[in-house]
Amino acid sequence: MIAYILRRIAQAILVMLVVALVSFSLFRYVGDPVATMMGQEASIADREALRDRLGLNDPVVIQFASYIGRAATGDFGISYRLQQPVSELILSRLPATLELALISGFLAFVVGVSLGVYTALNRHGWLSNTVMTTSLIGVSLPTFLIGILLIWVFAVELQWLPSFGRGETVDLGWWTTGLLTSSGRASLVLPAITLGLYQMTLIMRLVRAEMLEVLRTDYIKFARARGLSNRAVNFGHALKNTMVPVITITGLQLGSIIAFAIITETVFQWPGVGALFINSVQFVDVPVMAAYLMLIALVFVVINLVVDLLYYAVDPRLRADRASVGH
Amino acid sequence: MTLIPGKKAGLFRGRRTLVASAAIAALTISAANAETLRWARVGDALTLDPHSANEGPTSTILHHIYETLVERATDGSLEPRLATEWSIHPDDPTIWIFTLREGVTFHDGAEFTAEDVVTSLERVRAESSDFKGLHTAVESAEAVDDYTVHVKMVGPSPLYVQNLTNFFIMDKDWIEANDVAIPQDFKAGEEKFTVRNTNGTGPYTLVSRDPEVRTVLAYNESHWGEAPEVTEIVYTPIKEAATRVAALLSGEVDFVQDVPVQDIDRLAQTDGITVTAGPENRTIFFSYDMSSDSLFSMEGDNPFAKPEVREAMEMALDRDAIQQVVMRGQSVPSGMNAPPFVNGWNEEMDAYSPPDYERGTELMAAAGYPDGFSVDLHCPNDRYLNDESICQAFVGMLGRIGIDANLVSQSRTIHFPAIQNREVDFYLLGWGVPTFDSQYIFDFLVHSPEEGRGGWNGSRYENPEVDAMIKSLATETDLDARNETIAQIWEQVQEDRVFLMVHNQLLAYAARDGINIDVHPENQPKITNVTFD
Repeated sequence: MIAYILRRIAQAILVMLVVALVSFSLFRYVGDPVATMMGQEASIADREALRDRLGLNDPVVIQFASYIGRAATGDFGISYRLQQPVSELILSRLPATLELALISGFLAFVVGVSLGVYTALNRHGWLSNTVMTTSLIGVSLPTFLIGILLIWVFAVELQWLPSFGRGETVDLGWWTTGLLTSSGRASLVLPAITLGLYQMTLIMRLVRAEMLEVLRTDYIKFARARGLSNRAVNFGHALKNTMVPVITITGLQLGSIIAFAIITETVFQWPGVGALFINSVQFVDVPVMAAYLMLIALVFVVINLVVDLLYYAVDPRLRADRASVGH
Repeated sequence: MTLIPGKKAGLFRGRRTLVASAAIAALTISAANAETLRWARVGDALTLDPHSANEGPTSTILHHIYETLVERATDGSLEPRLATEWSIHPDDPTIWIFTLREGVTFHDGAEFTAEDVVTSLERVRAESSDFKGLHTAVESAEAVDDYTVHVKMVGPSPLYVQNLTNFFIMDKDWIEANDVAIPQDFKAGEEKFTVRNTNGTGPYTLVSRDPEVRTVLAYNESHWGEAPEVTEIVYTPIKEAATRVAALLSGEVDFVQDVPVQDIDRLAQTDGITVTAGPENRTIFFSYDMSSDSLFSMEGDNPFAKPEVREAMEMALDRDAIQQVVMRGQSVPSGMNAPPFVNGWNEEMDAYSPPDYERGTELMAAAGYPDGFSVDLHCPNDRYLNDESICQAFVGMLGRIGIDANLVSQSRTIHFPAIQNREVDFYLLGWGVPTFDSQYIFDFLVHSPEEGRGGWNGSRYENPEVDAMIKSLATETDLDARNETIAQIWEQVQEDRVFLMVHNQLLAYAARDGINIDVHPENQPKITNVTFD
């Protein structure tokens, strides 16, 4: 078990290094940060001097090595754009993104599972058909458009909810939260729906399909033959056996929710790391871009690691297989 | 908050609505109540350090916290601010004399004196300052007495004062106490105190700031000037155009500075919203390499070197069509690469002729290109209003005289370095003139490359006579003679067709009805000038 974990962690570090290297090589094609850092009066010599000071004239390999060296000690540098330490910037933005991602993930899970079960049990009801048809919107409309539509209806026309920002936040010292103020909670509604809609429909369709599959199996028939109540059959046996793949997918989707919050954050001016990243790309703020990509890689790596470990813990067959192969 | 029109209020604004209705009752008694202006713009100030980012939104915010010696009025003229008078020393043309305003204090209570100006001038000239290019002619500065500063220049610099509209004054003791004698230096790897902390003499003090989220400023009661109507500013950057407009329509902000061109008409027709448009200090033009022997996309030949081809391209450019279709009316087509408020502009040169494709085709044939030619046109896609669409339109127009332009549209972070490194030979560029004088245009765009000049001369224009005339502008103290030289240079530039001018950009501000905001030519609105009906 320990050897397995260590091997997975070593693989994770390798993945992170590769991500860092790839992103570093890509930064050369994003443009020149000095172009946006200096006013139009700056002379060519001034630009060259700044480029020198930033170390941008060094070969990519050297830039990369010194970056990794400093990153290993927790120093991600100073943002070219905002002139603040990158680690501090990201940490101050992370709560906004995580709060949004977790709430929308939770929303997607709860609503997705409930609707999935309902549509599986009432396959031909008019409500099921309506839900299935509307869910196509969640899958097919781009996030950007959904966000703008929601803003238009709920912020501009009905004026029920705010169109941008995070509302008032409460600073807990290590975390800022919008969940404790009414404006913070109101601000969360539209972005959370926008971000979670795709996952919600995905989970719903998955639950429905799995559930239909399970309902056809023999043990469900036996359960019914034994005269168990519908409730016990549907929820105690069918849903329980449906959940294994659903939980896996939801866990993995959480990584995508965090990573793809970029678009939702841009549309709603949500002050998270995704919006920070987009602004950094336009400015070629290399320190922030590098740190963000590393962070996202870390999120994916950790989630995958946790999922793998959970499998290992949950499914006895994995352990048994390993022992029997015995090479 | 007192001037929310009677619009239906949403749930989330419940508390504000209460305040508003109470205040509206009070408004009938006195107009001088506390007023909050909620202001949205596409980007935030990058830093609050007054000398480390020469960038529009940064300077705009800083103008409310810090102050400059002189100020640019909305008509482009200079007005006194921390300096009450300025003049060139009667006996020595290389010395500028500034008489400072008395009785001004910094936000921390310290008195403003000549030493503060001297120290600030040193700081703005530091290696890591982004404004040092505007102060290269300064040799030294001296505080003659508490309210007089002499600035010694390396040579006569009759227009130096024009460079001071974004030169913010800091307190000497505060600089020393917080160890911020130089602006942000990235090599040091740490954040400067000045990035988040301020101590200016300006009309507003910093209350709170969450970068890229919200910056709150409050009126500084001890400010020397007339009390503004706006006593609190809440500044929120909103990057996405549709969201920005939605925030104005839903009543969450009062003033939107960057109105998307496509929304101007619709907003103007919306009840409760007023759109104000005005000229911006920015020209949009095409440049081409007119002196090299070969182009990047054309080995061994350069059609742009032939005057007939340059004239033919002028014949092909339909400025009115670009104004009407691409810009939806939000531009002023022009023939001269200077905005109207810049010294040296004249109406005659700014006139342009309608397109004449027949004549254009004839000229192309006369130049030896009866079948046209093919060339790359480089264009930014995230810098100017509809920049990429202007290029697309021009590609179509060039096609009518046989020029097959291949559009290469890229981010400004790639486009601008390519121009400066002379890696492109046909491109779109925009130019603002912060000094409001033609010399600034000539120095950067017309003069042949040398230290401090010609950095953006991607036309590769070289004319020793013109160079000599441009140099003489820097030291000529007789303003009439100087203006004469400027006119001569323009004549030559127009005759040689160094630029293919498209238009001047217009700015549009949108605000709720009852809020009066003047459009500032440098897009730096001063909230102190905002009035409420």
